[in-house]
Amino acid sequence: MSPSTDTGAAFELSDVSRARIDELVAQYPTKASALMPCLWVIMDELGWVPPGGIDLLVDKLQVTSARICEVLTFYTMFRSEPQAEYVLQVCHNISCHIMGARPLIAHLEKRLGVRLGETTPDGKFALEGVECLGACGHGPCLQLGRHLYEYLTPEKVDGLLESLRRGEIPRADTDRELED
Amino acid sequence: MTPNDYTMLSARFGRSDGHKLAVYEAEGGYRALRKVLQDGMSREEVREEVKGAGLRGRGGAGFPTGVKWGFVPPDADEIYFFVNADESEPGTFKDRYLLDYDPHQTIEGTIISCFAVKAKLAFIYIRGEFGWLVDRVQKAVDEAYAAGYLGKDILGSGYDLEMIVHKGAGAYICGEETGLINSVTGRKGQPSIKPPFPAVQGFLDKPTIVNNVESVASVPFIINEGAAAYKAFGTEKSCGTKLFSVSGPVKRPGVYEIPLGLPFREFFNDWLGGMAEGEKLKAVIVGGSSVPVLPAEEIMNTNLDYESLGEAGTMLGSGGMIVIPESCDMVELIQVLMHFYFDESCGQCTPCREGTGWLHRIVKRLRGGGGTPEDLDLLEHVCDGMAGLTICPLADAAVMPMRSFLDKFRPEFEALIQETAAAAPTSRWPRGEQE
Repeated sequence: MSPSTDTGAAFELSDVSRARIDELVAQYPTKASALMPCLWVIMDELGWVPPGGIDLLVDKLQVTSARICEVLTFYTMFRSEPQAEYVLQVCHNISCHIMGARPLIAHLEKRLGVRLGETTPDGKFALEGVECLGACGHGPCLQLGRHLYEYLTPEKVDGLLESLRRGEIPRADTDRELED
Repeated sequence: MTPNDYTMLSARFGRSDGHKLAVYEAEGGYRALRKVLQDGMSREEVREEVKGAGLRGRGGAGFPTGVKWGFVPPDADEIYFFVNADESEPGTFKDRYLLDYDPHQTIEGTIISCFAVKAKLAFIYIRGEFGWLVDRVQKAVDEAYAAGYLGKDILGSGYDLEMIVHKGAGAYICGEETGLINSVTGRKGQPSIKPPFPAVQGFLDKPTIVNNVESVASVPFIINEGAAAYKAFGTEKSCGTKLFSVSGPVKRPGVYEIPLGLPFREFFNDWLGGMAEGEKLKAVIVGGSSVPVLPAEEIMNTNLDYESLGEAGTMLGSGGMIVIPESCDMVELIQVLMHFYFDESCGQCTPCREGTGWLHRIVKRLRGGGGTPEDLDLLEHVCDGMAGLTICPLADAAVMPMRSFLDKFRPEFEALIQETAAAAPTSRWPRGEQE
């Protein structure tokens, strides 16, 4: 899929995010070099980069929209389409595989009623397989946004899904820096 | 020797307060920076100390850090420094520990390294999947600014340094130093042909040094205690200590700091506690998924240093040690790895873009029951068309595990082919499917 630059859809971005983009442009040595952090600002607020976001950065960074689309599609974490409310990304690389990533994925598929790579019909959960998340000694593991859940078992996954269905994101193993 | 004897890098691992500036300072933190900037060590002296310590790049290549610094042209005035925290090599999770438990050690090491090469701007490039870690490091950088360790006129020395924490966005290839540099210029993270080497012409075409987190984190100790104290650890050519991140079903997986040269047998039995209950050791990938696999009997008689592992036919790499139990199907494991390299090939060089896809599809076909005995030769043939023929080492990184799995565990591939030989014949050539 290639991102569209059709500006028909309304694009809304908070003043805080817009100010942050201006800050980044001033901080980075060239305007273009601020492209990745600026895309992250939009991602963090909207969960994806809509066409209007591309136009905004064309203007702010003085780069072509082709260049932005190139970067947007090269990096797997940048998204040019809206995402499910909860994108569950399960590591299926070697260390997690050895520690049971496959049965864990099968369990999630069963619980969510979707296959790997699919989204539930209500748009709430997407199940993705991803490459190494750097939690090799703590596997199997799963990432949800900035939360990394480690040492997973089917029971822990069930607990996670239950919380998410209630709209609560449980504390992840790596969330401790938020608490001090 | 026990895990607690070596704490040059890991003194604060596992602690809940080690990331705080006050704690780091109370335990001798930023003393090395003061020694350099306030006691008047020259750039030359810092470089010589690090060179003399024999510190080798800890990201995987093992190139001497001080020598790399020396490649910056002496008359250059605009120099950039990148800390490579794009830790993405499967099996590797050591830099994450360094930045999580002890970010100031890396920041201090970076400031000293930047001073040594006269850089005015440093980036810490952290992989996007470590979003939680980006916040941790940013907080520590803010603390360092507030304490006067970063910014203008650091500690009254007249030296200025800015530091930016840059978040990646999911691309293994950005761990390659030119890919990393291109990524920060706001482009796809595709590597560039070397030469020119980044130390001469890198970020914005200016001299640029890219060092791994663990490499720069080793610098404060070397400055504080001196090259000789650092060299007291390790072997003659593999100096100092090294972090190994251990995954797989061992009793105590995790990150360990070991003196280089430690016998694997001792590390495995005494430090890791051997295999978990009910598991038997089959093989070990010792330095991240890109290095050749060694069967149990070979790794058991090897020491953990650059030279010994080289002689054993593998590499120390990043120190991402993946322990494989007897219960694992090696053909299945290589399929997992080939999927990874196929997924992560940046697509720039034909041998890698096509070759990784071919390797993955052929292995997948084998496992799907459509293999023939000639497929093993075909895999070798595809490897021959990839190794050493691309801009960056990603193609080699796929070829090394592929070849070593074939070489060391060929009977498993052959047994699989025999088992399925009677099944319905399939097309001789892989085609169509991409996954």
